[in-house]
Amino acid sequence: MIKRIALSTAAVSALVAGPALATDITLGVLNDQSGVYADLSGQGSVVAAQMAVADFDAAGKGINVNIISADHQNKPDIASNIARQWYDQDGVDAILDVPTSSTALAVADVTAEFGKVFINSGAATSDLTRANCQPTTIHWTYDTAALANGTGKAVTEAGGDTWFFLTADYAFGHALERDTTAVVEASGGEVLGSVAHPFPGTDFSSFLLQAQASGAKVIGLANAGADTVNSIKQASEFGIVQGGQKLAGLLLFINNVHSLGAQTAQGLQMTTAFYWDMNDDTRAFSERFKEEMGSPPSMVQAGVYAGTLHYLKAVEAVGSDDAEAIVATMKEMKTDDPLFGEGYIRKDGRVIHDMYLMEVKSPEESTGEWDLLKEVATISGEDAFLPMEDGGCAFALAD
Amino acid sequence: MFELLGIPPQVLLGQLLIGLINGSFYAVLSLGLAVIFGLLNIINFAHGAQYMMGAFVAWMLLSYGGIGYWPALFLAPVIVGVIGIALERVLIARLYKLDHLYGLLLTFGLALIIQGLFRNYYGVSGLPYQIPSALQGGQNLGFMFLPNYRGWVIVASVIVCFGTWFMIEKTRLGANLRAATENPELVGAFGVNVPRMITLTYGFGVALAAFAGVLAAPIYSVNPNMGADLIIVVFAVVVIGGMGSIMGSILTGFGLGVIEGLTRVFYPEGSAVVIFVIMAIVLMIKPEGLFGKSA
Repeated sequence: MIKRIALSTAAVSALVAGPALATDITLGVLNDQSGVYADLSGQGSVVAAQMAVADFDAAGKGINVNIISADHQNKPDIASNIARQWYDQDGVDAILDVPTSSTALAVADVTAEFGKVFINSGAATSDLTRANCQPTTIHWTYDTAALANGTGKAVTEAGGDTWFFLTADYAFGHALERDTTAVVEASGGEVLGSVAHPFPGTDFSSFLLQAQASGAKVIGLANAGADTVNSIKQASEFGIVQGGQKLAGLLLFINNVHSLGAQTAQGLQMTTAFYWDMNDDTRAFSERFKEEMGSPPSMVQAGVYAGTLHYLKAVEAVGSDDAEAIVATMKEMKTDDPLFGEGYIRKDGRVIHDMYLMEVKSPEESTGEWDLLKEVATISGEDAFLPMEDGGCAFALAD
Repeated sequence: MFELLGIPPQVLLGQLLIGLINGSFYAVLSLGLAVIFGLLNIINFAHGAQYMMGAFVAWMLLSYGGIGYWPALFLAPVIVGVIGIALERVLIARLYKLDHLYGLLLTFGLALIIQGLFRNYYGVSGLPYQIPSALQGGQNLGFMFLPNYRGWVIVASVIVCFGTWFMIEKTRLGANLRAATENPELVGAFGVNVPRMITLTYGFGVALAAFAGVLAAPIYSVNPNMGADLIIVVFAVVVIGGMGSIMGSILTGFGLGVIEGLTRVFYPEGSAVVIFVIMAIVLMIKPEGLFGKSA
């Protein structure tokens, strides 16, 4: 008892003696810690958030940041229960990351209900800033529309004008198929058909044979993670590429390319918001990250870092944990960080930054285990993401 | 040419063959479960983890020891089988006198621990493992392109399945085994070392799982969760075939692979549940399973 009193007295005197009243912030990293997306988000995202707090020198600026994390197992019901408990009982101010589109949509609604902040990095669906947009949602890294505008457009314009989709049968797969179809058709291509496969799946040969029989020039893989890895592996086994059809992996992460190996993945094009080997800043960050995690950061983990950094800047500017003011400030301030460069946040919550069309190097070009990609083109943020007017986000278009 | 519900026959033939390939994995895995359950009365929930270990050991042999696919096809099952034997001696053997549920819970816990350990060290993204050079490429069958490796999967599984069936149902060793499960005291009185036989049987069942794991390594992603996804389906296969029936598990394994393959053509969204629908129907009509002996 005496010890506790002594401690709180010390805390109070520290507060009084400090330059300003400290702001207490609790950040919750909610993602897949054990399933298919654990490597590209998971513990690495927690580390990224911690690095952002350290780099911002939050403590020196009078902001006490506490980071907690949980595993949502890619299930929307679990995700919304954790979010509810975090906001309601654990004093969480903002939730970060949340891969898997279905869980992200659930967390976006819970966040709006509690009037907190949701900075999404891991989820793909563009619906987070379209029909299901919320004033409290910031969507940082990428979305299905940007993926379509990168890989989908490049492949169609290179002559791949007939498509067949292998689609993961949940919110993400359908959003990606929808957005890519729009881009393919706008670029003069045609979609011949699609097949929805269970998520997660193991054997894709049945679906690949259906895609082969469709005669489409391009087989679009509207899936992610291990599903994409298995689809590509098995397509090469069934001689689909040798047969003249082209594969378009619409969402590939660096971890997936590493898992496939340059031998199998070489020549594949992919769209990404971040690659570790782009400039000195990204290399320096990735080197530090790699020391902690053993692999360079994925674009999702990089997005968690950048999002946290921008959030903390807004907290400093506002000087309190007032969520509404923080979001307003985040949208007012330009974004600027070592990993994504300069950009801005649109009213609907969409972060606008450059995207990159990359190609997987051949084994001869690759000089190291993680030296896997080379840049084909930079796509400006305005071209990559869907214009706000076309998105149908009600509150952003209201005034 | 005739068409069935708008599906051209060559596509249908291709899908039948693919179903048979997937059925091979179901057959080898459910066979291992059936051997273990039939002879030891243990519901081995660690089977999926042991299948995953087979694939990982093959990868480790290649990456750390430079040992290729063909030796791994023999070595990995032996290594994983020995690990299985150690688990049986240390933990599982203590549960034979208790209810089935205890064995199930213990092996389920073991599976979670094993998967967690592999996840901790290797992540979930999966590791690359190439198809052996002798089996690269494929044959054009006219109605489809059959990769040589997939053809080999069918051949290898059929040999292993029927070899196992023959050993258990037709040889003296198998007769001893079956007798030992009926009446261990009596068989022990004839001078047969019953506990050792049971331990080796568990090791053999585990080795079957690891064998399937090595077969799977070149075509599926080698990752710690690969068995967790499969094991539930394989249990459904065993229930449909009849718990403990050797031939039942082989035939239902191949048969359900084909049915699942056809579902992927006619109603792909249903392919993840079709086996469980069949399981529910079989349990209602013939609770002991298609090939099971009624209790």
